[in-house]
Amino acid sequence: MLSYLIRRILYAIPMLLLVSFFSFIVINLPPGDYLTTVQQQLQSQAGMSRDQAVAMAERMRARYGLDQPFVLQYANWIGGIVTRGDFGYSFQHNRPVSEVIWVRLGWTLLIAGLCHAVSVIIGVLIGIFSATHKYSIGDNIATVFAFLGLSIPNFFFALVLMYLLAFHAGVHVGGLFSPEYVLAPWGWDKFVDLLKHLWVPVVVVGLAGTAQNMRIMRGNLMDVLNRQYVETARAKGLSERKVIYKHAVRNAIQPVIMYMGMALPFLIQGEIIASIILNLPTTGPSFYYALVNQDMYLAGSFLMMIAVVLVAGNLLADFALAWLDPRVRYD
Amino acid sequence: MAKGDRLLDVVDLSTHFRTEEGILRAVDRVSFHLDQGETLGIVGESGCGKSITAKSVMNLVPQPRGSIVGGKVLYHGNNGTVDITSYHHQSREMRKIRGNEISMIFQEPMTSLNPVFTIGDQLMEAIMLHQRLGRAQARQRAAEMLARVKISNPEQRLDRYPHEFSGGMRQRAMIAMALSCNPQILIADEPTTALDVTVEAQILNLMQDLQDEMGMAIIMITHDLGVIAGMADRVLVMYAGWGVERATTEQVFYTPKHPYATALLQSIPKIGVRKRLTSIPGSVPDLNNVEGGWCYFAPRCAEAMDICRQKEPPTFDDDEGHTVKCWLWDKQQTGIKAG
Ligand SMILES: Nc1ncnc2c1ncn2[C@@H]1O[C@H](COP(=O)(O)OP(=O)(O)OP(=O)(O)O)[C@@H](O)[C@H]1O
Ligand SMILES: [Mg+2]
Repeated sequence: MLSYLIRRILYAIPMLLLVSFFSFIVINLPPGDYLTTVQQQLQSQAGMSRDQAVAMAERMRARYGLDQPFVLQYANWIGGIVTRGDFGYSFQHNRPVSEVIWVRLGWTLLIAGLCHAVSVIIGVLIGIFSATHKYSIGDNIATVFAFLGLSIPNFFFALVLMYLLAFHAGVHVGGLFSPEYVLAPWGWDKFVDLLKHLWVPVVVVGLAGTAQNMRIMRGNLMDVLNRQYVETARAKGLSERKVIYKHAVRNAIQPVIMYMGMALPFLIQGEIIASIILNLPTTGPSFYYALVNQDMYLAGSFLMMIAVVLVAGNLLADFALAWLDPRVRYD
Repeated sequence: MAKGDRLLDVVDLSTHFRTEEGILRAVDRVSFHLDQGETLGIVGESGCGKSITAKSVMNLVPQPRGSIVGGKVLYHGNNGTVDITSYHHQSREMRKIRGNEISMIFQEPMTSLNPVFTIGDQLMEAIMLHQRLGRAQARQRAAEMLARVKISNPEQRLDRYPHEFSGGMRQRAMIAMALSCNPQILIADEPTTALDVTVEAQILNLMQDLQDEMGMAIIMITHDLGVIAGMADRVLVMYAGWGVERATTEQVFYTPKHPYATALLQSIPKIGVRKRLTSIPGSVPDLNNVEGGWCYFAPRCAEAMDICRQKEPPTFDDDEGHTVKCWLWDKQQTGIKAG
């Protein structure tokens, strides 16, 4: 088991290198770079002549190493990350990328993690209920809920929720804090205020996942409940609760955990959309603007971080599976 | 309790399923009994209701569609006589009997054990549930049981998972689990159908040895008359949810009464050679569409008379306890064989 863990972690390293290389290529694919944007701004807004602007942009290119060959740029960037934790410079924010990225990444992980937890726990519980009360009223309601949850687009749900909350419930929506708490020091009140705001993106982003988990759990559990070993467990004299929660759920939950690893990209994608609409200080919106403005190191670092989270999420899911199911351990 | 004492009286047991096409009479007024230490064979074609009969005795009829709708399953246990059909299937009383006084093993050893728990965990679970033992003692008892079913290195094998066992070993482990609480009755539902012939012989021998040692009664469900001949003291022949003939093994093999039993025996080419039951012309009627009021075997029966297509045959009993559900044995009416 331990060697399996170590092996899997070692495999992840070359994978991450590869991912970082390709994300760097992708970010460099569009013609021009951030300084092309700057050059245009200098011309149009600062009133420089074309030659002056070009010369200025060239000087800045040399300073940031953007005139070097592509592979060298990549090597410098990756080298900086590995040796100094230096993710490069964000032109847009005029600050090192690492100063921009960590706080936002923290919020993203918090929201995505909460969504994950909520969608797994609630989805699995509803799924168990549905499978054990097949075709009952409760099961039918849950099925309709799952259908809606999977078909309502994120952004639309976010807008509807904002509308209802702002105009009918009269509460403050958008952002993570009410205006009076944004700059306030941390305290109980501020924490409560955070919770009052946080549930909106969690519900918006978590809805589809909850529905998905519920459907997976329901289908699998219904399948597992027909297996012979469930009957064996009943024939032993175990209570129905033990039969379901110990013998059946343990087998039926595996695809949900596998899906947890794969769900992260969807969560992050959903989080980007929800964050733009709800105006949250997470990675989503600034990743989007970094891409638009070709703020390459920032965009590259975001991509890299998302890849790390993904790989880590998949690893965790695999470890959980290996712990749950003895048959995968030695493969 | 002594050998020969009555353990089980199944009286007019009926178990039905609600299906899209209507009521399916999987088990229809079946009666039989079981004595201490003996082996009862239940034989019949696929779909005739053998497994559902067994599950009814365990009060484990597939939910939510199936239910026991009539009859009694009287179990004469250590605490007096109880009617199993009067218990709710999830009741505490029923769960105290299951796995403890009546246990069951199934046809598919490959899927009967839960893949995510060790063999030891699964054996100990039953032991700790029914015999107030701690983990260490339960583990010891589980190891003893594995040794009893002739699995070598039982201590180490307890920590193995089902996928590390062969089919034969899994069925041994299932037997160990079923017998771990010293049950009065072991129900074996085609325990060897999925195994190859040499392993089948080993498992059947093992079951007989364990019966001699531990003294439990066995209900042996099978397609295979060879298995019946080798193991059973008495036989119940089932056809389309009915118990059509009930007798000792000798009576059924040498003087079968029901034309279906006769046909079954003729489908064995030579005495001592095993064969699956395939060669009776025609097939079992669709149990969904029968209205009753006739003999379900009549369309396939060479000796069928007019009355067989008009009226359901009652069960006739001779003085030796050899019963048959067939008009041919009717003393009052046309019963040509009733003598
Ligand atoms: N869960 C269920 N729902 C509906 N019908 C069922 C169910 N289980 C069994 N039946 C029906 O009950 C009848 C008897 O089934 P049973 O399993 O007892 O047959 P069997 O004699 O054990 O056959 P086999 O030799 O193939 O195991 C069959 O017609 C079957 O279709
Ligand atoms: Mg069967």
